Amino acid sequence: MLRLYVEEKMLSITTFVIVSVIKIVIALAVLLTAVAYTVWLERKLVGRIQNRWGPQRVGPFGLLQPLADGAKFIFKEDLTPPYVYKPLYIAAPILSLVLALTSISLVPIGNWVTVRGVRTPLEITDVNIGLLIILGITSLSVYGVALAGWSSNSKYSLLGSLRASAQMVSYEIALGVSLVGVLIMSGSLNLREIVDMQGGHMAGFIPRWNIFRGQIVAFFVYLAAAFAETNRVPFDLPEAETELVAGYHTEYSSMKFAMFFMAEYANMITAASIATLLFLGGWHGPLGGPWWLQAILPVFWFALKVFGFIFLYIWIRGTLPRFRYDQLMAFGWKFLFPIAVANVLVTSLIVALQK
Amino acid sequence: MVPISYYLVLSAILFSLGVVGFLIKRNLITLFMSIELMLNAVNLAFVAFAWQWKSLNGQVFVFFVMVVAAAEAAVGLAIIIAVFRTRETLNVDRVNLLKL
Amino acid sequence: MDPVATPYFFYGLSAVAVLSAVGVIMRRNPVHSAIALIFTLLSLAGLYLMLYAPFVAGVQIILYVGGIVVLFLFVIMLINIERMQREYQFNKQWLVGLLAAAALGALFVAVYVKGQSIFPQHAVRFPEQLNTQQVGKMLYVDYLLPFEIASLLLLVAIVGAVVMAKKRI
Repeated sequence: MLRLYVEEKMLSITTFVIVSVIKIVIALAVLLTAVAYTVWLERKLVGRIQNRWGPQRVGPFGLLQPLADGAKFIFKEDLTPPYVYKPLYIAAPILSLVLALTSISLVPIGNWVTVRGVRTPLEITDVNIGLLIILGITSLSVYGVALAGWSSNSKYSLLGSLRASAQMVSYEIALGVSLVGVLIMSGSLNLREIVDMQGGHMAGFIPRWNIFRGQIVAFFVYLAAAFAETNRVPFDLPEAETELVAGYHTEYSSMKFAMFFMAEYANMITAASIATLLFLGGWHGPLGGPWWLQAILPVFWFALKVFGFIFLYIWIRGTLPRFRYDQLMAFGWKFLFPIAVANVLVTSLIVALQK
Repeated sequence: MVPISYYLVLSAILFSLGVVGFLIKRNLITLFMSIELMLNAVNLAFVAFAWQWKSLNGQVFVFFVMVVAAAEAAVGLAIIIAVFRTRETLNVDRVNLLKL
Repeated sequence: MDPVATPYFFYGLSAVAVLSAVGVIMRRNPVHSAIALIFTLLSLAGLYLMLYAPFVAGVQIILYVGGIVVLFLFVIMLINIERMQREYQFNKQWLVGLLAAAALGALFVAVYVKGQSIFPQHAVRFPEQLNTQQVGKMLYVDYLLPFEIASLLLLVAIVGAVVMAKKRI
């Protein structure tokens, strides 16, 4: 840890700013493209699950569909209903999107790289308490939803946002506690160190990923809580279209709606990245090879694992029905939370006995 | 480097603003927010002193203050909901009867 | 990296904190007050980072901004604020209250200005990397009993809140 600190310190402030700006631009471009194609993937896969084709008209396999959707969103009329509270009505979707895009800046996708003598981590910034900050940003994203519902001045929006804020605050606790087991095992809040702890193999062939080192229960608790945090099926009560029209974004149209939409998918990608980093060994993979392959492979493994999670998200969306609201709350508080606490107790006991 | 007295003055200003809000507002919810302001001003002073004396005791105390704030917010907001249900107002000047 | 331009960050953050604290008091609509409170809390988190307390800053964001103020907003949304906004915002003894608070503030500032000489002016740097571990160790070793009492307090608060908010048990 001290080593990383020293190397970061050696960069001059100008180099640091330039490198950061380059990384931010790249990360933003990659993330927005990933968001667009996650939407495409979702439509395609859910179509297949429901025995339909999904998008196929625009480009080969409908691959240009995200572009068409984007153009449509931009050219739609931007309605503002008469009795909304304007400043918050406009700020809420921006807040959602900004927070969703910010949290990805702390996710490391690979080892350190050296380009033209400048050594830098493959993430926008390497923070000591990275995981804590990601959790903080996630907890801030409640405000986008809550303020959107309140400022729209509509029954459906308000009910949707009340549901959403209660749900997100409740599941945040289970989510946070489920991560504590991993933190106890790795002894750090720095995502890079947590991943470094998971390199190598146990008993010759099993990777030392946290999910194989006894954190499998925590993994499933995290999975369920992350679905609820991102308001996805089967926890999409805040935007249940059969009861609430569209929940908190009922009154939004055009780009403002698109911002909520993009924020949801960006949050999905962040949740998948955190699961990959904490439970599935991050960028560690089975293959070795020549140096140029070693340079690319970590990013490839990371992307593959994240893709697996997003596939799971979509698969579950196509399979499961929605919870009832009382079932949702009971599931979060009476089932997930006790299991997460029990996991913390057992993990800390084992770690203490091993020492 | 910013000297510690700046932080302490900032903390004093925030605390006084909290006191002002608590003393002059009528709305129960805003009163609670003023209490949060005061608690935060105290937290800032704790962290500033912890930094000054290179001792983490101040930072640990912040957590206890936060626990108290959380407990107070939970109970206080439950009281607010109960008051609103019976009186249909949150004006402290009009919550002046002892019986429900 | 060495800290850069700390005075500017300090002035910026404290300006945000003070202005939004004024907003908390002066706004008529409680939702605006809550949003102003969020800005105060976030700028305080920034100041904690400047004071080498990253863990406290993280907890401030997660617990205060992401928890307590959400509860406030939730309650404000549940109740009808239309009528509240038409009423007088300040009570009858506002002048006395203002004077008392101003006197208190002046007292604080006087004490700090007078005691300024006892604070050393040199720069202090913490080993920031180990902050979380050290705070955790302190919390679970030195402050174990207060920690348990705090958790008991939270339990009592939960039970009390449920009892009060329910119509009948």
